[in-house]
This record gives sequence, structure tokens and C-alpha cells, in this order.
Amino acid sequence: MISIEHITKSFGRFKALDDVSLQLESGRTISLLGPNGSGKTTLIKSVLGLVIPEKGEIKVNGQAVRNNWQYRGQIGYMPQIGRYPENMTIEQVLNMIKEIRHENTRYDNDLVDGFELKKIQHKTMRSLSGGMRQKVSACLAFLFSPDILILDEPTAGLDPVSSELLKEKIMQEQDSGKLILITSHVLSDLEGITSHIIYMQDGKPLFYKSTEELQEITGEIRLNKIIAHIIKGQQHNKKGVEHENHS
Amino acid sequence: MKTIVKYVFLDLVRNKTVLVYTLILAALSISVLGFDANTSKGLLSLMNISLLFVPIISILFATIYFFNSIEFIELLLAQPIKRQKVLLAEYIGLATSLSLAYIVGIGTPLIVLAAGAASFTLIATGVLLSLIFSSFALLIFVLFKDKTRGIGAAIILSLFFTILFDGLLMMFIYSFSDYPIDEVVVGILSFNPIDLARVLMLLKLDVAVLMGYSGALFKKFLGSSTGTIYSFSWLLFWVFLPLLLSVRIFKRKDL
Repeated sequence: MISIEHITKSFGRFKALDDVSLQLESGRTISLLGPNGSGKTTLIKSVLGLVIPEKGEIKVNGQAVRNNWQYRGQIGYMPQIGRYPENMTIEQVLNMIKEIRHENTRYDNDLVDGFELKKIQHKTMRSLSGGMRQKVSACLAFLFSPDILILDEPTAGLDPVSSELLKEKIMQEQDSGKLILITSHVLSDLEGITSHIIYMQDGKPLFYKSTEELQEITGEIRLNKIIAHIIKGQQHNKKGVEHENHS
Repeated sequence: MKTIVKYVFLDLVRNKTVLVYTLILAALSISVLGFDANTSKGLLSLMNISLLFVPIISILFATIYFFNSIEFIELLLAQPIKRQKVLLAEYIGLATSLSLAYIVGIGTPLIVLAAGAASFTLIATGVLLSLIFSSFALLIFVLFKDKTRGIGAAIILSLFFTILFDGLLMMFIYSFSDYPIDEVVVGILSFNPIDLARVLMLLKLDVAVLMGYSGALFKKFLGSSTGTIYSFSWLLFWVFLPLLLSVRIFKRKDL
């Protein structure tokens, strides 16, 4: 479980996160949506300790994130862009992370087997395509069966078969009571796997609701329709306010 | 930490640039030492080659390598490991491989063709310069967000130390030649690792007095042994200063 309390982060004059408070409970698959620059990546990076917020506190399973590193043993992270040292082989990359997380010796090799990485484990990272590197990143995130999974655009470069495999794995992990946080622009990929949605705008969460709730409010079933519905309503409201101000 | 050092090193050992760098150094030292019967002269030529190329190649290669590893460093930082450890491990892995390239490229021919105390000093100086300029590269990496600007800074810094610094020093000496500035000049020289490396080598070769102003000054004020210890300690200082600064800045850096 991740609790985020009053987090503020600005880059220069730009406020990437503006007093954000969220409770991310275990057993949920939460999609983090929003336009570019709305603060999704900054939020994820704050949880991972890559970005240090000016104000507020983040706790991962009760442990404060600030000046702490042990808590990251409970997190698996799949970055948006996976770039690795050119001359390392897939096997070396996997072994390296295994050696860093040496306390954890029970490996979840489902994805390694599913993506058939064993067959190509002696290939260097330089020779791999973007999608292949994405697969390696996914394997690394799931390898230690962590309590919390943070996936940044996980399906962006994957072929349909691999993408389906990853989605199945995500659902399986959710059923075993884990917290999964996903950002994605491909809404159709989130269909069926996401239980909750956070929509970010201008550094603030616009809403944080379960998928059922949203379906009820909007009367739509498909995710992209739901989001479109809410955004339209939003813009409509904004225009209304502007109109009133003018008159 | 050892794990990361090991894998960074394994990656760099197979890096083509490092390989070519080693081969060029080896070719240069074999040809210089092979053509000249006088080893002292050969060592001087090798010293000049090292002072010119080692700083600029180390700092440029290291800066590019660090900036290219930024996504990988992010992935490492998302693991249960301290920030400082990741940064230091990256540095140690890189600095070790660049030093090894120098030891293999320049050192092996030296030991075979001209073994001696002076050869050993040259190897030590080259290694120190590799460590120092990788350390500067690390500082540039933590200070700049953007790769292009970082590379620009690396070029400017290495040109400053190889060319501009001596020019400014000359200007200073000419304009104040009526005053007793010898000690001041010795002090100023300590701010340039390349000059320190040159002095260290010249004192060992015992041609210090013949080889220009700085060497003569060091000999006059500090004598050979004190001068050697003095410049060696300053060189070590230049390894650790940028390194410690980088670690401090990196603690608060957003990635």
C-alpha cells in the first residue's frame, strides 16, 4: 500500500505536482491517466525516490520514502524507456539485478519463460529491438514477485501476443493481492485489467474512482468512452465558467 | 556496489572505443620507444602524448558514457540500494577500465622495452589523469541535465586545463615579472592537474631544470622528493574533490 500525503514538486516555475494526496490500496490495479505533462511520471518517480518532492510525505507499506532505500525491495519497476549497457547480455542484466537484490532468492520466472528469453539470453542489449528490451524490463519488474508493481507505459512497444501475456500476468498478480500502478496512453490495453482510475491534470488528481463507479456515472462501458465523456464534461464546465465571467 | 562495478567493467571491457584507445596507445608507445635508443627522450615524448590525449579522451568518453547510462542508472536507483553506491560504482567501473586501457596500452610496452622508475612514474601519472578526468566527467554528469550541454562542458574543461590555463599563467608571469612571484606560481600550478602531472614526471626524469619554468621552480622550492610528494598529493586531491562534490550533489538530484 502506498500513501501519498500533500506532495508538491515544482521544476523551476512549473508545478509538476500540486498538493497531491492519494491512498493506493493493495489488491488494486490502478491506472494513472492524464495528458502529457500532467505529472504522472513525476508522481511515479517520487514514489521510487528518483524525484525528491519539496513538501509532503510518501509511505510505502508504512515506511517513509525520504532518505530510505530498503523500501524499494518491495517494489518492481518497469521504466518507460529501457536502455541498458550496450555490451551486456540479457543473462548478465538479469544476473546483475538478482545480485543486487540478493536477499530475495525466490524468483518468478513466468515472464522470462513466457517471452522465451532463455533462448536469446546470450544476445547483447545493443542488438535487441525496442520491444525486446521492453520485455527484459518487464521480466525484471516481475522477477522478485514484489508487493507493489509500478509499470510506466508497459505495453507501448510490445507485439500483441507479448502484450496479452503481460496483461494476463498483471491480472494474476492483482488476484494475489498486489498493488499495481500503471500509466498508459493506450486505453484499450488497460481495458479489463484496471480496477481503479486516477486522472491527473495540471499536477492534480482530477478524480480517483473505481471502474464500476465510473461506468455508472457516465453510462459508458468502454474505457476510452468513459474518459472522453468526463473530459468533455470538464471542458463544458470550464467554458460555462468563462462565459459567465465575460457577461 | 561490487556487483555494479563488476558489470559496468564487463560492459566496458567489450566497448569498441576503449579497445581502439588501448590499441592506439600501444601503437604510439611501441613506435616511440622503438625508434629512439635514448629511453629518457622516448619517455618525454610519451609523457607529452599522454598529457595531451589522456585528459581529453577520458573526460569526453566518461561524460558520454554517463549520460548514455542515465536510464540504466534510473533502473538501478529503483532497486533497494543507496544512491551514492550506484553513482560511485558507475565511476569506479568506468575509471578502472580507462586506467586499465592506459596500463595495457602504455604500460606493457614500457615495462618490456624500458623498465625503470621513470617508466613506473609515467604509468602512475597516466592512471591518475584518467581517474581525475573521469571524476570531472562525473561532476559534469550530476550538474547538467542535458547530454549535449554536458559534452560541451567537458570539451571546455579539458581545453581549459590543456591549453588555456598555461596561457593565462604565462600572461600572469609576464605582467608581474618585476615582482617575486615564484612561490605564487608554484601555488597556481597546483590548480591544474595536467601541470602537476608534468612536474611529477619531469622531477623523476631529472630534466626538470632543462624543461622550462614550472619544473625549475618546483626543483628550486621543494627539491625532487618533496616536490614529488607535493604534486602527488595534489593529484590525489583532484581525484577526490570532484568525486565528493558529485556524490553530495547527486543526493538531491531529480532524475
